Amino acid sequence: MTTTARIERREFLKLGAIAGSGLLLGVQVPWGKASPAAASAPAFQPNVFLRIAPDDVVTIWCARSDMGQGVRTALPMIVADELDADWSQVRVEQADAHPSSYGRMMTVGSSSVRNGAWMPLRRAGAAAREMLVAAAAARWGVNASECVTAAGRVSHQASGRSLRYGQVAAAASALPVPASPTLKDPSRFRLIGTRARVLDSPAKVTGQAIYGADVRVPGMLFATVVHPPRFGDRVRSFDAARARGIPGVSHVVQVSQGVAVAAKTTWSALQGARALDITWQDGGFALSSAGIFRSFAELAQREGVEAQKRGDAPAALAGAGADRRIEAVYEAPYLAHATMEPMNCTADVRADRCEIWAPTQNPQGTQSAAARITGLPVDSVTVHVTFLGCGWGRRSRTDFVEDAVETSKAVGAPVQLLWTREEDMQHDYYRPAVHHRLSGAVDANGHLTALHARVVAQPFASQSGVDGPAVAGLAEHDYAIPHVLVEYCRPDLPVPVGYWRSVGPSQNTFILESFVDELAHLAGRDPVEFRRELLTASPRLLHVLDVAAVRSGWGTAAPPGRARGVALVRDKGGLVAQVAEVSLERDRVRVHKVTCAADCGRIIHPGIVEGQITGSIVAGLAAALHGEITIENGRVSQSNFLDYPLLRMREMPVVEVHLVPSEEEPGGVGEPAVPPIAPAVANALFALTGTRIRRLPIRLDAESSTRNRSG
Amino acid sequence: MAAIILRVNGRARQLDVDPGTPLLWILRDVLNLTGTKYGCGIAQCGACTVHLDGVAVRSCVTPVGTVKARAVTTIEGLSPDASHPVQRAWIAESVPQCGYCQPGQVMSAAALLSVHRSPSDAEIDEAMSGNLCRCGTYDRIRRAIHRAAGQEG
Repeated sequence: MTTTARIERREFLKLGAIAGSGLLLGVQVPWGKASPAAASAPAFQPNVFLRIAPDDVVTIWCARSDMGQGVRTALPMIVADELDADWSQVRVEQADAHPSSYGRMMTVGSSSVRNGAWMPLRRAGAAAREMLVAAAAARWGVNASECVTAAGRVSHQASGRSLRYGQVAAAASALPVPASPTLKDPSRFRLIGTRARVLDSPAKVTGQAIYGADVRVPGMLFATVVHPPRFGDRVRSFDAARARGIPGVSHVVQVSQGVAVAAKTTWSALQGARALDITWQDGGFALSSAGIFRSFAELAQREGVEAQKRGDAPAALAGAGADRRIEAVYEAPYLAHATMEPMNCTADVRADRCEIWAPTQNPQGTQSAAARITGLPVDSVTVHVTFLGCGWGRRSRTDFVEDAVETSKAVGAPVQLLWTREEDMQHDYYRPAVHHRLSGAVDANGHLTALHARVVAQPFASQSGVDGPAVAGLAEHDYAIPHVLVEYCRPDLPVPVGYWRSVGPSQNTFILESFVDELAHLAGRDPVEFRRELLTASPRLLHVLDVAAVRSGWGTAAPPGRARGVALVRDKGGLVAQVAEVSLERDRVRVHKVTCAADCGRIIHPGIVEGQITGSIVAGLAAALHGEITIENGRVSQSNFLDYPLLRMREMPVVEVHLVPSEEEPGGVGEPAVPPIAPAVANALFALTGTRIRRLPIRLDAESSTRNRSG
Repeated sequence: MAAIILRVNGRARQLDVDPGTPLLWILRDVLNLTGTKYGCGIAQCGACTVHLDGVAVRSCVTPVGTVKARAVTTIEGLSPDASHPVQRAWIAESVPQCGYCQPGQVMSAAALLSVHRSPSDAEIDEAMSGNLCRCGTYDRIRRAIHRAAGQEG
């Protein structure tokens, strides 16, 4: 393929005719800044490629990782709609890592469709359509305005002539890219907003979809790794004699993070790893969860860094009568991601190049990590992004990539390195455990007047000051409360923490929405009404609250033995309200039904959105009902699904998703429905039992919950 | 090591392997049938589900030496072209999200439908609760099983 780059205008880059003739377009999508290298790179490099081949096949390269959120269907749909492509002719290809061509490739924060991709992708499709029309019109000697497009064809209605896109793609590629292509009026969308065929489903139900651990490279060894059981420990020495005695084991090598065993099969490697005798260098971390939470409680006694301030919350609280004020401590545990596909990576390190196949949310980080380890220039490192067996933020890290690259480099062969489930669970970047001290007050008329929150949570991202993700969902929210003070307290612990689906709000919304519920009950108010009056300046959020309330039957009697609870959030461009209906079955919480209203802006594919929202509720329920990573003497106690249970089908509630029609810009859909479910369930349990849940996971015993005096 | 003959997806495969090796790793690493997934290694997630003479088993805890003459069917052998009623129903209901657990889910569902032509929700829950899905596709799995049950086999 010759790619003679001619920069036509800011967003488009026509790459010229391809072999066998056809049209190849690039489009710049402003997905944030890439690596620092991008700053010095040419400004107009493309990041989504669109190819129309002579056989009519439309290929769209996807530079975002698909971990189930459906970007490999949703992004092509946006292009294909404006293009008037025949959806049955559309294929998607996964883009390899590039430091700058695609902008920032990191797939996090429910940001693939929102954050600016929407309009550039539409313009890419529209520009290509206009070029195809111009080429056809020129061939027929008619005015382009007399031509129409539909389902991959240009037609001239007056003369009844029609050409397939593939027939004019080569001619179109010789034309200039239109500077301002005309976009469709949304009433003319044919794909956007429909339940179009999901492109990857057939591959995923036949076993043909290739995940990281399914990659097979000639001469490849299968490897696994043993990491130090305690955070902060390192390898002091190891005896590999027994491991080497396992049939099939070929190499035992020390890597930065532990000891790797390579073998002919994964099973041999796993047995070899079990036979290793490793002496660990004591890193000195010996805390347990109880001690960690005690240290958090001590931190919360002191002032933190100011994260949000409005009015004078301490004065307002001090001035409120004791019967109009509540103080409470809320806690949430560390959580593992527990992606279905454990961490793995395949690496082939050669003297002059390195090739990597990784289920990663961070292709560019993978590329630069491999360049650093191998000493090769970044452009000698090829990173292929495979399908991801879940992501949830875990695969934005590169620790598993580093294990594989170091091992391949050490053994001089391609290596697929797979973590066991146990390694995966005990060496995660956990959702931080948190301890929050809250105070709130209501006035004589039952209005919420003051909120003071002191947040104790390990930082996700920052070295000092306020850690934005740690206070997200508490420092900013839609409630119009006159007096607010949010402080952040920073613990210093070696427990690795990281982004976990929906990040800060996954625990902070539990805390805020439970506490607002406490205040509603203190004021003797209905929890929906209490929230409604705080949301008058947020009509979209108010509307989803109303939809959830009406659709759930809020205000009518729940079925016998059941009660309802409500919670809401604005998160990553999505507005979500949920009502949970719960009962107790022999002291076990049973969630029967979840009514969820969501306004996620314009929806590309309602089926995918409903799936994401339902899945988010399952994610949040697993955390609310079961999820808890505990630390004992510096190491994680849980190791597999027996002691870190996920939600199973028999626990699945009926989930009703009500998508609010919207013509606003598309918002996030992969995360915003996670945060409200834990507080909706906890608030329902309060309505049912009078017991206030102030600690996750939900346990209905005296130690972990507090009998509310007003209940 | 021992010589073992395994019947996989209708083909006899002669292997020289440790009979204690879990079937999962033979399928994946020796026969390159990677549709069957590793998730937990202790029969808690169901990602490794295959059929032995039509019965769903967890291949991660099934020593290959115990398979003997039983016919092994993996997701690759369920149909050559996604035409099995369960696979068709899975596509029609857009069940997969990340998709990693889905080969195991499909195999469990196919085994269920081979003994229960029209399972109730409770029977589906019972048969499918050994298969974890981190994406939370359970309601669509239920719908897809009902859809498959309504189709001609």
